[in-house]
This record gives sequence, C-alpha cells and structure tokens, in this order.
Amino acid sequence: MISHDIVVVGGGPAGMAAAIAAYDAGCQDVVILDREPHLGGILMQCIHNGFGLHKFGKELTGPEYAAIYEEKVRSRNITVFPETMVTSVSPDRVVTAQNRQGIMKIQAKAVILAMGCRERSRGALNICGSRPAGVYSAGTAQKLVNCMGYQVGKRVVILGSGDIGLIMARRMSFEGAKVEAVCEVMPYSGGLTRNIVQCLEDFGIPLYLSTTVVQIHGKERLEGVTIAQVDARRQPIEETKRYIPCDTLLLSVGLIPENELTRAAGIPIDPITNGAIVDECCQTEIPGIFACGNVLQVHDLVDYVSDEAERAGLGAVKYVNGLNKSENTLQTKPGNGVRYVLPQTINSTEEDVSLFLRVTQPFGKVKFTVSAGDTVLAVAKKLKAAPGEMEKITVKAAALQNITGPITVSLEEL
Amino acid sequence: MYDVLIVGAGVIGGTLARELSKYQLSVCVLEKENDVAMGASRANSGIVHGGYDPVPGTLKAQLNSAGVELLFEAAKDLHVPCKRNGSMVCAFSAEEEPLIQELYDQGQENNIPGLKVLSGDEARAIEPNLSAAVTKVLHVTNAGIICPYDLTIAAIGNAMDNGVSLRRNFRVASICREDGVFTVTSAAGEQLQGKYLVNCAGGYSDAVARMAGDDFFTIIPRAGEYMLLDKAEGGRVSHTLFQCPTVEGKGILVSPTVDGNLLVGPTAQVVETPVSKDTTPEGLGIVERLAAKSVPSVNFRQVITSFTGVRASTKGGEFILKASDTVPGLVHAGAIDSPGLTCCVSIAKYLVNILQEQGLALTEKENWNGKRKNFHAFREMDDEQKNAYIQEHPEFGKIVCRCETVTEGEILDAIRSNPAATDIDGVKRRTRSGMGRCQGGFCGPYVMELISKELGIATEDVTKFGGNSRMVMGRIGE
Repeated sequence: MISHDIVVVGGGPAGMAAAIAAYDAGCQDVVILDREPHLGGILMQCIHNGFGLHKFGKELTGPEYAAIYEEKVRSRNITVFPETMVTSVSPDRVVTAQNRQGIMKIQAKAVILAMGCRERSRGALNICGSRPAGVYSAGTAQKLVNCMGYQVGKRVVILGSGDIGLIMARRMSFEGAKVEAVCEVMPYSGGLTRNIVQCLEDFGIPLYLSTTVVQIHGKERLEGVTIAQVDARRQPIEETKRYIPCDTLLLSVGLIPENELTRAAGIPIDPITNGAIVDECCQTEIPGIFACGNVLQVHDLVDYVSDEAERAGLGAVKYVNGLNKSENTLQTKPGNGVRYVLPQTINSTEEDVSLFLRVTQPFGKVKFTVSAGDTVLAVAKKLKAAPGEMEKITVKAAALQNITGPITVSLEEL
Repeated sequence: MYDVLIVGAGVIGGTLARELSKYQLSVCVLEKENDVAMGASRANSGIVHGGYDPVPGTLKAQLNSAGVELLFEAAKDLHVPCKRNGSMVCAFSAEEEPLIQELYDQGQENNIPGLKVLSGDEARAIEPNLSAAVTKVLHVTNAGIICPYDLTIAAIGNAMDNGVSLRRNFRVASICREDGVFTVTSAAGEQLQGKYLVNCAGGYSDAVARMAGDDFFTIIPRAGEYMLLDKAEGGRVSHTLFQCPTVEGKGILVSPTVDGNLLVGPTAQVVETPVSKDTTPEGLGIVERLAAKSVPSVNFRQVITSFTGVRASTKGGEFILKASDTVPGLVHAGAIDSPGLTCCVSIAKYLVNILQEQGLALTEKENWNGKRKNFHAFREMDDEQKNAYIQEHPEFGKIVCRCETVTEGEILDAIRSNPAATDIDGVKRRTRSGMGRCQGGFCGPYVMELISKELGIATEDVTKFGGNSRMVMGRIGE
C-alpha cells in the first residue's frame, strides 16, 4: 500500500479546483484519480459558452474553463492518474483504484470525493411503450455529437427542460435536426432563463409546460412519441394526448449525484440533496472524507462548483494538519419555502459561513431569513427565486457566536 | 446438409443444441434475430420452480421434478449465475390457506423434496420484510433463481464450442420436405438443408409447425410486465415470493435476481402477437400494487427499468413435445411456458429421445467438453487476484461500465467468444455493461466504438439489437 496526504476522486472541475486549493494551501502531496483519459470531466463535452462569468468575468466554453484548471494542475506538482477508476473508499481512508497497470491501494490522510453526477434514465421515469434505439439521455447525446462527431438523430423530441436538454435542443438544431418539442412535466422550467431564451426561443422551438411523454413507439429505431398534458397531480390528461413522429427522444429529467462510493463507505447521505451531509468545509460525517461539486449537490453553474471545491480543498488541508472537528456542531434546517440547506452542519464559527439553498417552487420577490430560535442571523432579499437557481446567503461569524440551537432558513413572499 | 436443424435460439433451442453436440452430428441453429435469447428467454422471471405447481401425472410435472437438479448441474458446468434461494407461496387470508396445503400435497405427489408449510410468523422470521398480512406460507427449499439469457447464451456458446453452427438473422419463411430432406428458406432467400427439423420457435412455434405442414396447435401469447429495481433494493427479500392465485390472476412475484437486483412482476395479458413488447401504465400499476401486497416496504423510486416478456402459452396448459404425426423427421417443442426455463435441460434430453425414436443415430463424441469458460471469472475475483490478472491482461484494468464495474477485457471477450455479441444489447446481456442505474448513458458510446472496431464495421452500422436499431445516423456535417 502506498500513501498520500490528499487523494481526490475525480478530475472534473470540482476535483481539479479542490486539488489546486489544497496544494496552494501548503499540502504538497496531492493525487487526482480520474476515470477518463483527460482531465475536465463533463466540461469536455460542453462546447457551448457561458462558463466562467462569475469566476473569471468572461464567457468561456467548457473545455476552455477546464483548460485553465488543467494548466494549474500541470504547473503544480500534483500527480494525476488518468483512466483510473476508484472502486472503493474505506471509512479509514484507504482508496482502491483500478487501471491498466493493476489495482492500487492508497492510504490517504484525507480524501476528497468529486465524482460528479449522472443523468436519470428512461427506466427511472417508467415511460411506457416499446424499447427501440434512439432514446438517449441528453448528456449521452451531447457526448456523441460534441466529442465523437456523430449525428444522433434528425427529428427530435426532448423531455425535460433542464439546462442540458435546452443546450441540446440548440445543438441538435445546429446539426440540421428538427427539434419538434421540448416537454416539461412541471408548470415551470428547471433550466436557467438565459438558456430558455438562447436555446429555444431564438430557434423557434416550442416549450410545452405541464406536458410529458406518455408512450414510446417504434420496433427498431424510435418512430414517435405520444405526449400529453398533465393535471395538478402530474397524471396525463387523456384528451390531450397527441402523437409526434420523431427518430430521437432525448431525456433531460434530472441529475443524480453519483454517491455509490460514498454510500459504500458508510457516509450518511441527505435524502433531499442525494449527496453527503457535510459541514462548512465540505467534510462528511466521517472525519477526513470531504465531498464537493455535483456529487455533493447538483449545481447550476460550474463557477459555484469551483468555489465549493476550493472550500473542500482547504478543509482537507486543515484536517491533514491536525485540525479536528469541534464538539459543538450546529445544525441547519430548511424552513418555509426552502427545499434544502447546505452545509447541513456548522463546525467552526471563526469565519463567515455561506449557506446554499434551493427554494421549493418559483416565487416572486422574497425575503430569506436565517434564524436560530428568535435570533435573526442574516436576511437577504431577492427579486425572484426559482428551484433552478441556487441561492447563497452568508452569515457573519459574529452572528454565529453563542448560538446553540438549529439554524433555520425560511422565506416569505413580499 | 445438416443432420439436425433447430429453429429458434432460445433456451430450449440452446439446451437442445448443447445436448446434441455430445454426439457425432452436424447441427445448425437458425435464429431470426441478431442474437440468441431474444424472445421469452430474454424476459422472464428467471425462476427455478420447485415443482409443486404442475398437476401430478402431467408431462410438466414429470419434467419439472427431473429438471431442477439437471438445470443446476448444467448451470454449474456453464458458469451461469444461479442460486438456490428457495421460494415461498403466500396466503393472505383464511380463505387462501387451504390452497397452501393443496400445493404441499401436490408437491409430495410430484416427489418434490424439502417442502414445508410455515405460519406467517415463521415465514417472517426468515424473511423479515414479508407483509404482516401473510398468514400461511409454502416454503419451497429446492427452488432457486437463474439468469435465463445467460443460460441460453452459455448453452449455445458451449454447443458452438463443440461444433454446432448458429445462423442469425435467418427468419424462416418456408419449409419443405422432399426425399427425406428438409429445405428451409429464409425471408432473405437463403436455404439450408437438414435431415431432421426441431421446432423450438417459442412464440412462433405454431407458425413454424404450419410452414412444415403440421397445423395442430395455436400459441396464445401472454404478455407479462416487469419492473427491475436497483441493487439498493436487492436485499429487500432473500426468497422468491409468490402469491396465491386470486380472481385477479396468478399473483405478482417479488424476487431477488442472481445479479443482486429486485424483480417484481409479471402481469398476464393475452396479446395479439408474440412481438408485442410494450409496457403499459395499467400493467406497471398492477405490478406495483400487488408487489407491495407481499412486501410493503419495496421502494419503487429505485426502479431502473421495466420490460415486457411474452410467454408462448396454448390451450390446455401442457408443453407440446412430440414428433409430428404427419411429417417424418419433424419434432415440436412448442408452447413452452412456465416452468419451461426450469425444465429446459430435461426437455432437451426428452427431445433427444424423441429424435432417436425417429431414427436419428446417436454416437457419442470422444472429445465433447460440456464445461464452458467462466466469463464472469474476473468479477468474482478479489482485489489481489484481479491485480495479478490485469498484469497479464491490461484490458481488464480499464473499467468501461462504471455502474456495474465492467471492464474492457470482459466486453472484448463477449465480442470474441461464442456466440459473439454483435450489438449493444448483446454486450449488455453478456457482461451487464449498461444494465446498471445509468442504463448505458456513460458506457454506451464507448461500447459502440469497441463493437465497431472489433467487427470492422462503421459505427453508424452498430445497432442496439440488430435490424434498423441503429445507435447513430452518421457523421455530423454530412
């Protein structure tokens, strides 16, 4: 068994930013294990622009954004194992990984989990009908088109108006395909407003809200789908059923953090985020194991992934340097109108703490209140709030002193 | 000219081919699809039935009680995943309880070992998630689970290793017999000849019989819908749980699979053609509701896929295993519905006897090898063994399917070994690549390129399951 100070599982935006932050904070022994041949993760297939506005003040493509971090990794003495898949992480931080050279076991002082997420599949939706070729998750289609250069289909229906679905509606149009419809089961889109404008409206692609695909047709290649409007209980309304001929159905129906390693290590998972329960340094409930990026919570913007990963990197260095968890942990809880709050625990009140959250449904003008019992710790107002856009509220360190009870974030509509 | 032509590469055609490969015969299996195990053998419950269910004295009862041990033995030689996990038939009320005793008595008459009647509490002691509403249980300790398509692939692979031929995409269009020789013509106009013809055409066995000039039975296809749940739910039960039949039907089973998933289903719906493979909201709704009756704690949010299998049933409910009354040399294996999978080896041996009675000369080969290479050996190794193996075979170090941890080496093996996988679903059935929670989202494109490279075909010609089920439509910018 070999040993390293910090082992980072995953070389996407989260893994790279965490490794760089850890290295720059003084830990010289950082290793990245990644299953792909190249660093960058899913960014490498996101060839559209719009990345880096917050972090770098300019619009970059996915590979450009990744290249900035890859350059930083290469210019530091960070070891990268490409095409290396981690098969287990033990609670005492032994990482087992497999590649063409064999199986290696690494005893790490700290582990940073940055495996990203996967797309929900057709099976998880239980869409009825036949099982032909031509039904893809949007991300798989994106890889086929952008990285491998294949024409996935010519007549397309997209189910789900998440950002990848919207981006792929435009991408397929660029390649000469006719995108017949984007269907969204909810009464609102889960994607960023800018993507609805730039990817659908600019291309004249209809977005049907409260509408879903109820049946898949075709024996060999997909021949068409039946769509229908849904009622308030999301049940299809019989009279609204209609058939759309198409050869391709792309599914953009949600992302699921890839926490199989996390679960197998026995790390407690938040049932709402589907990611680990963490403190403000992204440390999980098992000391010395950290999680960041889309494996922790599904983000809208890669810029925020990088920020979160930097916190994890710094947290891991602190842990390696012997700074253990304090006994007095504060809990956070979602209140009215809030779906989840992350971090779920606050361990140190020496510095300001940023809370990340998503709301339960679209709201107009709202006021967020962070409170502990009757004490208000922070207040933030927004012109609008939607589940598709993550909110961030910072609580000053001074406000956290002498707090013992759980911290609740709730909203009221103004 | 072959000695024997077998129509249909399902589990019956496959096990028969393997039985016949023991003898000095030339045998060819004809399959209309691009792969083996594409009909009922692909999509069924995967249960090794104990044998208490068939009416005593019937062919089904005889072949079931003989078949269980023969099947486990063959699975061992072929390295097919199977497990003797035992099954339970559950009664939910005092009205249903007498049936448990009836099935027990029937099982005794069929000479089924290891049957026990348990109270609801006794059953829950060994199956804790069983519903509190269960009052009485028939515990069938000799029953088990097996992977049906893996068994078919392995049986045909082993038969091919022993000299049997397989012709895929050979859709039988006509059969004629002249001067003691069958000439079988495919839809594409290809012809093959054989002295004996065995009809193992599953849902189409009635149609094949008619083509050969023998019109005496009709297949009534019955569709069954299933849901497969993530391995996170696989430990929900350890036994296969059946329900007493009610006016609603034969009940829904809840069972672990050999791969560690949870399987629930099937419904039983008479359909017009054996190709009808659609799932329906009604069917899946019934499956969910009735499965929850046996095990209320099943988490249906963990469903990873649903599918429909079609049983080749007929009136009367008995297997049709006989030589044709009108056409010499023609033997039928029709209407093989449940417990056909359990009986496949005993059926194959029964068919060999019929062929011999019909005059087929059986001379054993000296070099027959009934054991097949273990294609699941790598995934069964511990880390140390894997490490040593990767040193010799680096392609086993590259994990292609992350959900099921399938390596490039295993996929290449599937493409290079009998019967070779030539499409995406074929690789999936042989290796489990794409069978996990992401359903091929990540590994699909990589597998597509591996198939293209290995078979020397354009990526655009790689299909999901043959025919026009192409994965991509060409290059961008064309």
